[in-house]
Amino acid sequence: MNKLNARMRRVMTAPFAVWMAIFVVVPIALVLYYAFTDANGSFTASNITSIWEYRGTYLISIELALTATVICLLLAYPLAYSISKMKARRQQTMVLLVMLPMWMNFLIRTYAWMTILEDTGLINTLVKFLLSLVGYEFEGFSMINTNGAIILGMVYNFLPYMILPIYTVLTKIDKNVIEAARDLGANGFQIFTKVLLPQSIPGIISGITMVFVPAVSTFVISKLLGGGMTYLIGDIIENYFLGNTGEVNYNVGAALSLVLMVLILISMGIMNHFDEDDETNGGRVI
Amino acid sequence: MKTLSRIYNFLVFAFLYAPIVVMVVYSFNGIKSRSVFSGFSLQWYQELFRDSVIMKSLYTSLLLAVLSAIIATVIGTAAAIGINATKGLRKKMYLAVNSIPMVNPEIVTAVSLMILFVFVISKFNSLEMGFGTLLISHVTFCIPYVILEVLPKIKGMDSNVYNAALDLGCPPAKAMLKVVLPQIKPGIVTGLIMAFTLSLDDFIISYFNSGSNVQTLSVTIFSMTKKPYSPKINALSTLLFTAILILLLIINLRQDKSKTAKKKGAKAK
Repeated sequence: MNKLNARMRRVMTAPFAVWMAIFVVVPIALVLYYAFTDANGSFTASNITSIWEYRGTYLISIELALTATVICLLLAYPLAYSISKMKARRQQTMVLLVMLPMWMNFLIRTYAWMTILEDTGLINTLVKFLLSLVGYEFEGFSMINTNGAIILGMVYNFLPYMILPIYTVLTKIDKNVIEAARDLGANGFQIFTKVLLPQSIPGIISGITMVFVPAVSTFVISKLLGGGMTYLIGDIIENYFLGNTGEVNYNVGAALSLVLMVLILISMGIMNHFDEDDETNGGRVI
Repeated sequence: MKTLSRIYNFLVFAFLYAPIVVMVVYSFNGIKSRSVFSGFSLQWYQELFRDSVIMKSLYTSLLLAVLSAIIATVIGTAAAIGINATKGLRKKMYLAVNSIPMVNPEIVTAVSLMILFVFVISKFNSLEMGFGTLLISHVTFCIPYVILEVLPKIKGMDSNVYNAALDLGCPPAKAMLKVVLPQIKPGIVTGLIMAFTLSLDDFIISYFNSGSNVQTLSVTIFSMTKKPYSPKINALSTLLFTAILILLLIINLRQDKSKTAKKKGAKAK
């Protein structure tokens, strides 16, 4: 394959190169252009500086997304571990079971939680009914339209993205290393912190990115489960481009998207750095 | 310890499946309520099939998914073969550009394409947002995933076979079709299925790039969630879920069959 001649090579990659240049590179360049110009097309930095107004929105988006990511990690690791210990045939079934809900439309899954959490929803109706049996009048929990509901929606929708990569790295860990650690007198906790955890870092990192990125930029979950009470950065961007509840302004919208993109690139850079660090440290110890 | 982990697994799976069970049960509800269940009925399914907006957007979504999966698979597979043979900076550049749509938050990809479309449309008055812009944006986010599936298969393939075909006088294009493609077919099929499901499931990119006349199923569902509750949405999700379940079962059964067939073949030898 490496001997593929130059002409053939060019013919094969040309459609891809042209397509990606027009529909990936140019649009990103346009985002940059819009972020630094005003409605008349002359240069301005005011879009970028006006983002300072939205620092609270960025912070709350990051806070909710981080909380959801941590919960996902805590929920996913034990499950991924116990799946990785099962028999091969059973592992396949379990992985399929983890993936199956993802095949159901994301909006429908979120909508289903609306019907469960509502004031007159399933949980409240059930609790009220049970309490009325013992003669107690109950007002009901208010769960929908809270930040808690948004976090729940994030955890629910993105949990499989955390389970799968962690499961994959755990199946690749050499069982003999765990045996060796046990023979050398390590207890369960030590095996976890000294053997399993360090070796599962790559899976954890890709899990964190796969949960955090869609969570921090969502506008659907905050709309459906937050009821528009909490605006996330995705909601603001959506508004500036589609103007459902305010003025359309591509320039400020582009600036907000640019900052979001840069924030995510930076955090991914930091995380990948941790990954590499870990490998070199491990190498040095050995 | 074992029972403890079993209970834990059960609880996580209960969490993952609870909303789906609720959706399915209430799709058969006799009354229009999402908390009280009263009598079994199929009326929401009947109403679903009578809803022309939903049916039309289902058709749009399926057509879009088929077309964008095919186009992305053709472009992506050719690119993967080419990229594998490319070296140095150019290869790094290709891979970097390819990873942009996967790394970027979906909303950023969506608005960047929207800016491009609006920009071009403002120059040419005859164009408008619609199926064309949807198709372009879906192909764009599907290509990277096809390449992701196909590239490892090409790397893992024996390059001598292709060279042998050339040495034996086979023209390069024919060698590509007859020798290379069959070897990487599993990767291509996975890429195609992945592109199809990604396109079918997409909401964010379609939401920004569909314009006002064309709606995908996801966009229709989103506008339904803003209106007063209708169990039609439950009926729709139940049908979709059943379709996926059947599809997965067929794929699994076929895999099992080919496995047992191989085993039998091995025994016979």
